[in-house]
Amino acid sequence: MAKFNKKKDGDLPAVSTASLPDIVFMLLFFFMTVTTMKDSSLMVQNTLPNASEVKKLEKKDRVLYIYVGKPTREYQKVFGTEPKIQLNDKFANVSEVGDFILQERAKKPQELQNVLTTAMKVDKDANMGLISDIKQELRKVNALKVNYTTYEGDAFRNLQ
Amino acid sequence: MPRRGGPPEVNAGSMADIAFLLLIFFLVTTTIETDAGLDRMLPPMEPPDTDVVIKQKNIFTVNINKSGQLLVEEELLDLKQLRQRAIAFLDNGGDGSCKYCKGKRDASSSDNPAKAIISLKNDRETRYGTYITVQNELVGAYNDLRNREAQRLFGRDFTEMEAEFLNPETPSSIRDDLKEKVQKVQGLFPQKLSEAETSTSN
Repeated sequence: MAKFNKKKDGDLPAVSTASLPDIVFMLLFFFMTVTTMKDSSLMVQNTLPNASEVKKLEKKDRVLYIYVGKPTREYQKVFGTEPKIQLNDKFANVSEVGDFILQERAKKPQELQNVLTTAMKVDKDANMGLISDIKQELRKVNALKVNYTTYEGDAFRNLQ
Repeated sequence: MPRRGGPPEVNAGSMADIAFLLLIFFLVTTTIETDAGLDRMLPPMEPPDTDVVIKQKNIFTVNINKSGQLLVEEELLDLKQLRQRAIAFLDNGGDGSCKYCKGKRDASSSDNPAKAIISLKNDRETRYGTYITVQNELVGAYNDLRNREAQRLFGRDFTEMEAEFLNPETPSSIRDDLKEKVQKVQGLFPQKLSEAETSTSN
C-alpha cells in the first residue's frame, strides 16, 4: 500500500513548450510558400472562359498581363458597364496598350525582351471588337506572342 | 521498482526535426499555381513581300457571327462538329504526297497538311467565350492529329511531350531529345491558323 502513496497526485509536470516555436514557424513557412502575390488588384470582372487544349505559362518573369472585362460594381458608377481594359492598376484606352507594352518591355532585362508573352485575361462576356483592337495594337508594337488565359475545363461550357 | 517524482519528462529535442521534416515535405509538394491558356501567334504587321497564291480548296474558312453561330465552308455548322470537320480537312491529303494522312484524299479539299490553312474570322459583336471555344476546337484538331502521329512514331502523346519539353524543370538532356521529336511532329502538321481582321457588323 505504501508504494502507491509515493505518487504525488495533483502535481502534473508541465508540458514542454520548447517545440512550439518550431510548429509556428512551420505554419508560417507553409503559408508563405502557398500564397501567391497579386501584383495588381483587379478592377474588372474577370471570369475567364474554359478551354481544354491549354498550355501552362511557365516563367512568370516573361509575361505581361492585360485584363479586360466590365468594371466591378464599385467602379461602375464612374466608368459604366461597358468592358474596359485594365493595365497595371488603372483603366486604359485601346490606344494606350501599345505604349504600355513598350514600357513594360523596356523594364525587362535585355535577353528577355524578345521572348515576352502577353497574357490576355479577358472576361468571357466581353466582345471580340475590343479584343481585336487590342490584338491590332499588339501587332503594331510587334508583341506577337499572346496567350489567351483560360481555366482548364470543358470549352463548351463557355456557350452558356 | 517504484517510480519517483511522477512520470519522466518527454524529451522534446527531436520535435524540431519533425517540424522541419513536415516543412520540407510541404515545400516540395505544393506547387504554386501557374496560369494556363491557349498560346497563339499574331500575324506580323508587314505583309510578306511575295504574294502567295493560295488555292481556295486549301483554305478552310470559319466565320463566327455575332450570335455565336458558325459558318464553315459556306454552310452552317454546329460547334460540336467543328473539330471533326477540321481534322477531316487537315488530314485529307488530296495530292497524295502526304504518306501519313488517313483522310479521304478528296481532290476538292486540301492538298496536304503543309498547305492546308484554317482561316478564322469573327464579328466585332462575337462573345469572347464563343471565340475561345472555337479556338480551342481548332487547336484541339491539330493536337489530335499530332497526337496520332506522335503515337505512331514515338509511342506517346504529342501534348504530353510538348508539356515536358516546355517545363523548365525537365533536365536538359531529355529536353534536347524531346525538342527534335516535338519539332518533327509539328512539321508533319504545321499549325497554320490565320486570323483575319474583324468584320464590322451592320
